[in-house]
Parts: sequence; structure tokens; C-alpha cells
Amino acid sequence: MEKILLAFVIGGLLCLLAQLLIDLTPFTITPGHILVGYVTVGALLSAVGIYGPLVQWAGAGATVPLSGFGHALAQGAIRSVEQRGLLGAFGGGIEATSIGVAAAVIFGYAMAVIFNPKG
Amino acid sequence: MPFNFEKLAPPVFDQMVKEVKPKPTVLKNAVLAFVVGGLICALGQIMFFSYLSMGLPEQDATSATAGTLVFLGALLTGLGWYDTLGKFAGAGSIVPITGFSNSIVASALEFKREGYIFGVGAKMFIIAGPVLVYGFMTSALIGLTYYLVR
Repeated sequence: MEKILLAFVIGGLLCLLAQLLIDLTPFTITPGHILVGYVTVGALLSAVGIYGPLVQWAGAGATVPLSGFGHALAQGAIRSVEQRGLLGAFGGGIEATSIGVAAAVIFGYAMAVIFNPKG
Repeated sequence: MPFNFEKLAPPVFDQMVKEVKPKPTVLKNAVLAFVVGGLICALGQIMFFSYLSMGLPEQDATSATAGTLVFLGALLTGLGWYDTLGKFAGAGSIVPITGFSNSIVASALEFKREGYIFGVGAKMFIIAGPVLVYGFMTSALIGLTYYLVR
């Protein structure tokens, strides 16, 4: 129960931060910018060892936001380099996130075929 | 006598507009983003616990949670509900992984009339494509750096 509350608070704060970036900075920030930024920054924070402890602590509060996707990419690459050297640098991130990416492509395509645009 | 805005010099006019324009609803947006985004993450945590209790190892439970949320995001977008949520939740509906699958389905549906190859097949990646490109690039760079410095 405590973990669920923690996921709510930390996940909520990560979303709040993005909302403040949209509302308070003078740049035009689209959802695309937010998603790209979160994945990239998440991966970098993970590589320098900051995001891992956050995941341990906040669980889904850190893995569900897109920065968690970046974390999975970074950790996948690092783990894979340990096992296979240079080859791992290429494939590790994609392997670690393959289920999520495949799910997004498969379900995304399926829903786009089943449903029609509104209006 | 009606006030004639056109007689005002542009800088003066800009100043006046600034003064009377309602304060942007920064606080309201922030609270909504926090609550909705937080709820999606809490739902993810509940799913994660359910998958763990089904006997999945931790790594698989995380992947299964991501996959389930991606499915829900795609389904709700198809039904048109996710866009309704997005209108008031803002970043609370963008940042979670459901927002990633929302971007895929929403773009695919928007360009569906251009056909299944160049419409759905290509345009579904308008937003997701850059995310994957920069994600994979960063991941490879991190892997390469780790390979060189470890």
C-alpha cells in the first residue's frame, strides 16, 4: 500500500515537472519534445547512477513515466556490454525494451485498424 | 463612448493586454498533471504487484506492466477517451508510457485515410519515431562509453 502511494507521488511529480516545463518556459514544447526529452534524460540519469535508486525506491512511479523507458534502455546497454562487449552496446538497450516497443507497435497498429478517427 | 484600442500605440496596447489577461492556469494544470499522472503510475504499481503474485520474476513483471499500460493507452485512444483525459490532464497523460502508445494510435488514426502503408504504417511513428531514435542513440552511446571506460 505504501509502495502504491509512493508510486503515485513520485510519478505525479515527474508529470508535474513536465507540465511546468510546458507552462512556464518560453519555448514551444509539444508532447513529442516531452517524450524525447524524458527518454533521453532518463537514460543519462540512469547511466550516471541516479535513476536506478529512484526505481528501487519509487517502483512504478519511476518506471511508468517515459524516463523509465530511458532507464531500461541504458541499463540494458550496460548489462549487455558486460556480457558481450561491444556488440552489447548496440543491441542491449533494444533487447531490454523489446517487449514494450513491440507492444506499442502491435497494439497501436491493431487499434488504428479497429477504430476510426472521430469526426 | 467606446474605447478605441486602435488609437493606442502597440507597446502600450501590449502592456494593457498583459495586465488584463487572466493569469495562466499554471497551478490548476500542475495539480491535474500531478493527480492524473500519479494515478496512472499507482495503477502501474498495482499491476506490477499482481504480476509478481502470479509468479513472474521482477524483470518480467516490469515488462508485463509496461505492455499492459501500452495496451490500455492504445485502447482508450481508439475509443476516443484518452484525448478527453488529455484535454484536462496535460502532461499527466503524456509522460506515462500510456502517452507513448496514445501518440502512436492518435497519429495512425489521423492519417488513416492515406492508407495502411503510408498512412497508418508510416505516420504512427510521427511522435514515437523520434522517441525511439533518440532513445536508441542515447542507449548505444551509453553502452559504447561504458565499454570504453569500464
